[in-house]
Amino acid sequence: MIKMSDERILTASASPHIKSPATTSRIMLDVIIALIPALAAGVIIFGPRVLAVTAVTIAASVVSEHLSRKVMKRHNTLGDFSAVVTGLILAFNLPSTIPLWMAAFGSVIAIVVAKQMFGGIGQNFVNPAILARIVLMVSFPAAMLSSWENAFAWRGGGIDAVSSATPLAALGGTGGAPSLFQMFFARSGCIGEACAFALILGGLYLMAKRVILPVIPVCFIGTVAVFMFIYGAVSQKDALSFTLYHLLGGGLLFGAFFMATDYTTSPLSIKGKIIFAVGCGLITSVIRVFGNMTEGVSFSIILMNILVPHIDNMTAPTPFGVVKEKRRKRKKQSAEDACEKEVAST
Amino acid sequence: MGQKSSGILTAVKKVRGGVRVSHNKNTANLETVRIPTPSKVVIPMRMHIGAPCAPAVNVGDIVSVGQIVGDSTAFVSAPIHATVSGKVTAVGQVELPDGNISKAVTIESDGEMRLFDGIEPPKVETREDFLKAVRNSGLVGLGGAGFPTHVKLGFPQGKIDTLVVNAAECEPYITVDYRECIENSWDILSSIKAIKELLDIPNVIIAIENNKPDAIEVLSSIASAEEEGVDEIKVMTLSSRYPQGAEKIMIQSATGRRVPPGGLPSDVGCVVMNVCSVAFIARYLKTGKPLVSRSLTVDGSAVSEPKNIRAPIGTNIGGIFDFCGGFKEEPKKIITGGPMMGLAVIGTDLPILKQNNALLAFTEKDMLKGERDCIRCGRCAFVCPFSLQPTVVEALIKADDIEALKASGASICMECGSCSYSCPAGKPLVQTMRLAKYILKEAGDKNER
Repeated sequence: MIKMSDERILTASASPHIKSPATTSRIMLDVIIALIPALAAGVIIFGPRVLAVTAVTIAASVVSEHLSRKVMKRHNTLGDFSAVVTGLILAFNLPSTIPLWMAAFGSVIAIVVAKQMFGGIGQNFVNPAILARIVLMVSFPAAMLSSWENAFAWRGGGIDAVSSATPLAALGGTGGAPSLFQMFFARSGCIGEACAFALILGGLYLMAKRVILPVIPVCFIGTVAVFMFIYGAVSQKDALSFTLYHLLGGGLLFGAFFMATDYTTSPLSIKGKIIFAVGCGLITSVIRVFGNMTEGVSFSIILMNILVPHIDNMTAPTPFGVVKEKRRKRKKQSAEDACEKEVAST
Repeated sequence: MGQKSSGILTAVKKVRGGVRVSHNKNTANLETVRIPTPSKVVIPMRMHIGAPCAPAVNVGDIVSVGQIVGDSTAFVSAPIHATVSGKVTAVGQVELPDGNISKAVTIESDGEMRLFDGIEPPKVETREDFLKAVRNSGLVGLGGAGFPTHVKLGFPQGKIDTLVVNAAECEPYITVDYRECIENSWDILSSIKAIKELLDIPNVIIAIENNKPDAIEVLSSIASAEEEGVDEIKVMTLSSRYPQGAEKIMIQSATGRRVPPGGLPSDVGCVVMNVCSVAFIARYLKTGKPLVSRSLTVDGSAVSEPKNIRAPIGTNIGGIFDFCGGFKEEPKKIITGGPMMGLAVIGTDLPILKQNNALLAFTEKDMLKGERDCIRCGRCAFVCPFSLQPTVVEALIKADDIEALKASGASICMECGSCSYSCPAGKPLVQTMRLAKYILKEAGDKNER
């Protein structure tokens, strides 16, 4: 039996004295786990170069994070794994053929410019990986856009090594689009978006682990589906398959599950998340249908990212027991009505 | 009102937010044991919300159990009684668990626990008699807040239509309310009847979390045992999600009504009483013995033999731990109350108070890790039962924006701890909310209505 001397000072801290098992690093680890199926699919579909690109973006992200924190004399934040997640997500946004130095440059943009210059984790106002993708896209359009590798091209054989158009571009053109089966399991595109199945698997894992709520992916994808179905029907195409190609094509699934759900750059309240996700869906659809660029998902997310502070202000929940002006009036009215009735009845 | 076939109600309105905590009700099946009479008790004069009492005895006086040792003329206050018989050895000061200094009466026990001669069952026929009796009993809210019960019950006649008996016990570890339901269920019933009749309250709802099936069974059997078969006493089960036992949350669950910011339960026609307080009233009406002891759950990773105990008020915390086999590992934190809202104390040389319901001791491995940067995940806002946004409040404090802070509603925070509990970055958000409340108070604004 251990006795305590009266002088011993115990830990005195504010309540609560227990904590849920959720930690920042555990959440980031879950995101990494959720990305692994898509990474594996990427390696199978585009070959071992995927691993090289991913290793470079992760390494460059981690090094940039470490150095920038040091230069800015802030505490080290490598332990939260957020830099690893940023690197991984950036890699997923790049074609497997990208020169490695460009991939590294992208990481520096993501970590230093988008994240650390605004204060580090939790402070960036746009998604770092998306900003880096857009910077790369604008700076090196040739490397980013016209070098899509066909699925399984790395194994050689009779398939064309390099296709000139993404599936969605092919859809708009003269055919040659892959089948829906291919679209679901293995298609050309960026590293992370080639296998819809793996992305859905990862997304479900995140929801099961309660890392993300389903509201953003569902509203984002749902909005695109509704828009595309109506557009398809109006423009007398096969509306259903048109919609499915759009849902499985481009970066929609990857963006909706992994990038639009980024905590820092999405609204806090459920109402806000709905507005944000519907906005993403609408902008994506409009760009895809009426625009020239292939950047529907990334532009939509980054535009909505910028609106997040305003959405948060507009959708701040009403504190418990506070009666909103309108409702109060209605209540007053109904109370008066009740009074009148009572008077009338007596 | 959602009604199950068994006649047990479920919550009228589902409550927002909250967190799932591991219950750790390790002592649920342990009968309450009375600790041996301590050799000395230190009875603080401030064990309730309101005016502290002034000592009514002098050094050298011989006192017996139930004799008044401190009283006040203020309305919001409750008299304090001797909890052991013996000799007053000091009338001085003591440090309370919250760090404040209070006047205190020290009594050296003669080990006999002689009852005070003047103790007899009070004559209660009217509302005024009843309130006077409750005041004389020294009863304060035993759930933890310590608000004088006679003040709570002193509402204008007819203002209250629902009495909610709070047996939720949503804090982890604590099992005293549960034991009260099991061990003293008839006290609960007779007290409810008295309150109902004398204070003219038509509806009574006993609210309890659904993780205590035994207690639910006992309570529903007493609720239906009422002779006339009037079903005015109902048992309502709540989902076992912290903080179902919080007063405003409970009122919403039971009646669907929302207490306005800065308001009291009586503003929406409700009064909420802890089940131990309710049971005590019955015993007082029967015997006239005032509040001199209370039951506590003693548990935590550092405690050798977790127990439910009944101890005289003013007993030394260290002595209670000794009775529970001492510590099996060195304690790093000792809490009076539950782990979500309880108070961490700095040592064991402190007296237990009327409103304490648990003593928990934790070892090194239960200590919280340091704080990291906010990742804006929104969990704090998502779990807040009052729809507040602690992370936004933190930013507003940094920005020194009083107006926005006022609009954020921070002043209604009840400090339930759900935000800090769920924060992955381990931020002390309750502390942030307290700071916000303090700033708003300083700014001369209590955000009333």
